[in-house]
Amino acid sequence: MKRLILRTAMAASVAALASLPLSLGANAQDTIKVGILHSLSGTMAISETTLKDVMLMLIEEQNKKGGLLGKKLEAVVVDPASNWPLFAEKARELISKEKVASVFGCWTSVSRKSVLPVFKELNSILFYPVQYEGEESERNVFYTGAAPNQQAIPAVDYLMKEEQVKRWVLAGTDYVYPRTTNKILEAYLKAKGVKSEDIMINYTPFGHSDWQTIVADIKKFGSAGKKTAVVSTINGDANVPFYKELGNQGIAAKDIPVVAFSVGEEELAGVDTKPLVGHLAAWNYFQSIKDAQNDAFIAKWKAFTKNSKRVSNDPMEAHVIGFNMWVKAVEKVKSTDPDKVIDALPGIEAANLTGGISKMLPNHHITKPVFIGEIKGDGQFDVVWKTDGLVPGDAWSKELEGSKDLVADWVDKKCGNFNTKTNKCGS
Amino acid sequence: MRVSERCAAVVLWLALLLAGSLGAQADGWESALTKFAGDSYNDTDAAIAGIAASGNPLAAGVIEALQEGRLYFGDDKRIYTRDKAGKLSDAATGQPAEAAATSLKPVRINNRIRRSIEAALGGLTLLSPDPARRLEAAQAVFKSKDVKALAALEQAIGKETDAGIKRALEEARAAVLLYSANATEGAKLEAVGQMRRRGDQDARGLLAALPADQPETVQRAVADAMVAIDNRLAAWGVVQNLWYGLSLGSVLLLAAIGLAITFGVMGVINMAHGEMVMLGAYTTFLVQELIRGSAPWLFDYSLAIAIPLAFLVAALVGIAIERGVIRFLYGRPLETLLATWGISLILQQAVRTSFGPTNREVGAPHFMAGAFELGGLTITWNRLWIIVFAGIIFVLLLAALRFTTLGLHMRAVTQNRRMSSAMAIPTGRIDALTFALGSGIAGLAGVALSQIDNVSPNLGQGYIIDSFLVVVFGGVGNLWGTLVGALSLGVANKFLEPYAGAVLGKILLLVIVILFIQKRPRGLFALKGRAVEA
Repeated sequence: MKRLILRTAMAASVAALASLPLSLGANAQDTIKVGILHSLSGTMAISETTLKDVMLMLIEEQNKKGGLLGKKLEAVVVDPASNWPLFAEKARELISKEKVASVFGCWTSVSRKSVLPVFKELNSILFYPVQYEGEESERNVFYTGAAPNQQAIPAVDYLMKEEQVKRWVLAGTDYVYPRTTNKILEAYLKAKGVKSEDIMINYTPFGHSDWQTIVADIKKFGSAGKKTAVVSTINGDANVPFYKELGNQGIAAKDIPVVAFSVGEEELAGVDTKPLVGHLAAWNYFQSIKDAQNDAFIAKWKAFTKNSKRVSNDPMEAHVIGFNMWVKAVEKVKSTDPDKVIDALPGIEAANLTGGISKMLPNHHITKPVFIGEIKGDGQFDVVWKTDGLVPGDAWSKELEGSKDLVADWVDKKCGNFNTKTNKCGS
Repeated sequence: MRVSERCAAVVLWLALLLAGSLGAQADGWESALTKFAGDSYNDTDAAIAGIAASGNPLAAGVIEALQEGRLYFGDDKRIYTRDKAGKLSDAATGQPAEAAATSLKPVRINNRIRRSIEAALGGLTLLSPDPARRLEAAQAVFKSKDVKALAALEQAIGKETDAGIKRALEEARAAVLLYSANATEGAKLEAVGQMRRRGDQDARGLLAALPADQPETVQRAVADAMVAIDNRLAAWGVVQNLWYGLSLGSVLLLAAIGLAITFGVMGVINMAHGEMVMLGAYTTFLVQELIRGSAPWLFDYSLAIAIPLAFLVAALVGIAIERGVIRFLYGRPLETLLATWGISLILQQAVRTSFGPTNREVGAPHFMAGAFELGGLTITWNRLWIIVFAGIIFVLLLAALRFTTLGLHMRAVTQNRRMSSAMAIPTGRIDALTFALGSGIAGLAGVALSQIDNVSPNLGQGYIIDSFLVVVFGGVGNLWGTLVGALSLGVANKFLEPYAGAVLGKILLLVIVILFIQKRPRGLFALKGRAVEA
């Protein structure tokens, strides 16, 4: 009898817990729901948790301004836990069950690739705020992060010109983004005359923690007498032991600089950055950039999180731009219907946090400035180079054979991969 | 003209000349300094070169201030340095100065400027009274190969008494001579010999980057030297891989040895073992937080303090699990597997809820940061300490099993539970204590792992599979088996990694272990005897 009661109680509580998505807000009917699809646990939590927080802040701010179309915005937060198939399940839950008007989410390209079929099938909108490898332009996705020509290529150019780098180590985590980016960079470097024996490519699994061999190999590769640099597409918390090992083995930035594409203020928050001073990152925003908009944003952010040490970073700015663009588009067509909003978005402009105005392009990318920053002892970045103006994002890289003839245009050609040679949609 | 008048004229003329040259020097010094106020990297680079060439005794101090971020420029284009105590001085004269703090901006540096600073300081501080500075200067000149430093190098070599620094200076001179166009062939050959004797990667890089227009004999000598250095480096490379394998093996040993005991003695498959490791790491984090907040001078002892605490915390949680759940599931391995899996999820979520899902920073005490050279090996301190720690724990555990009563009882229960029970050994209590011991050791492993891996709620997940691998490969219930298993898996992994990469290396290792288990299902060192339970 006792066991029966115990079992029933346990089953009931499990069932109750399982059917409870984290849903904040009051009445479901009078609100516009916004989905937030970021990992709050697992290896990517180090990077994605702060994006969930900035979305909550943006939604709260918009509600203070009176909401959207007269209704309050309601945030629906789910945790896909750095588990790529779970991203697709949670996306489906957000769109079909919660009926969100749009979703802000994903970080790794593999998570984005996992949710693409869901967004296409259920016809919703995804704002993707992270730098990625390009080679994609979907009707239902708006890419507010950097394409390779807005991050990877300028970083390599900087190293070639400013640091006269002749040997290259391309180190990445083993999934689609580093693999594709390294393909693009390898093609770019070879086109610039770099020989294959001067390029070393290396992949590690997510969460890899034993970097001794790889860092020793980098040291060896770098002592052939030519200036060597590491281009790092390592993602998630594997960066922490990587940088620790670099510091321990004495690789100083002035000898072998490491430029990272997925390491920002947030990832450095848990590391002692004094051995890392001088290593580089390439982004479209740094917290240390002096601008009135940026100062106001940082003050609001610290007040919202009640933590004066909280940092801001590039994907957060991408969400700010994306959210503001979405709000403007909805207000323009006076509706949250995905088709209407998707057609209204290209051409919308929103201010970024570094004093410029970002524009949504027909290929669903935005214009962004490029900054190269060096790590300082306090975990912030010192900008050492920047573009004069805003660079428009290229979905299809000119460096790769299969994509240099492709162009994405959702306004006139209604096609994400229009082949300019054959004049047909689809490569 | 009379003699005295002539002398006076000469003296006056000389004085004017001297004043003129001093003035020119002062002008060179001043004009170089003002370039810092240009706030551009090119200007700063030019400024460093100008100051270093000026010969002014304040030059080294100004460049050092720039390196440490203590050089500022004001709105009036004057340059200031702030000393380590915070007092402001005028950079041009070295005299104390006053300036409003808000009008001062720091002179920025980037990697290129850092290299120029290093090269300039190298040349300027070769004759410094501080031996550490002289060594740094020698290494900096070795990298910059600056011909202008040759005279200072010769002087420094003549005066040097310390053998290590003298060798560094001679190698720096060799580097400069090899790259200078004016050095004689004999000097260059001697320099190549010096590099060959140095025989490390920096020397090889230096030789590899030599411009091609060298005399025949020098080119041949360089080629020979590079081959010799390559052979030496290859030999050391094997030793280095062994070292890496040893350190990886020690990590695996720490994680697996607790499991060897619980799995061996009780036959319990404990999927929550990784979480015990995680709890140990979080205990270390809490101890460090407490110390950082109330007693920062104890930071270097934080690990020593955390060790007994981590053992206790993990052991207590282990007892709770054993008494609460596992006790009821003896003899039912599948249910134990499921139950402990559920417990591991509960523990992970509990930690996630209490501490947040993001990583926690655990710092390294001073004696565990950095590395040192041993022959051709680079040995990082944290790995060395972890190997020592793993060794000590292994020895202590062996001693405990061999020499204590509890150890005796544990060994008895492992070999034959029924007989032990018949001999009045309280098997229930032994089980609980064994589980506590195994979990406690996992907690100790957590303290060590917090130094090399991220402290997050998922820390345990990365080690549970490897721990089972080691225990099954080495033989259940046998500590020596665990030791050999852990070390061989670590070394094999590290030898595979350079050829196959990290991902494929891991896969190959798993395949090898699977094939091995087919041949020897009981592992490397299986327990023998008729009465041993299968």
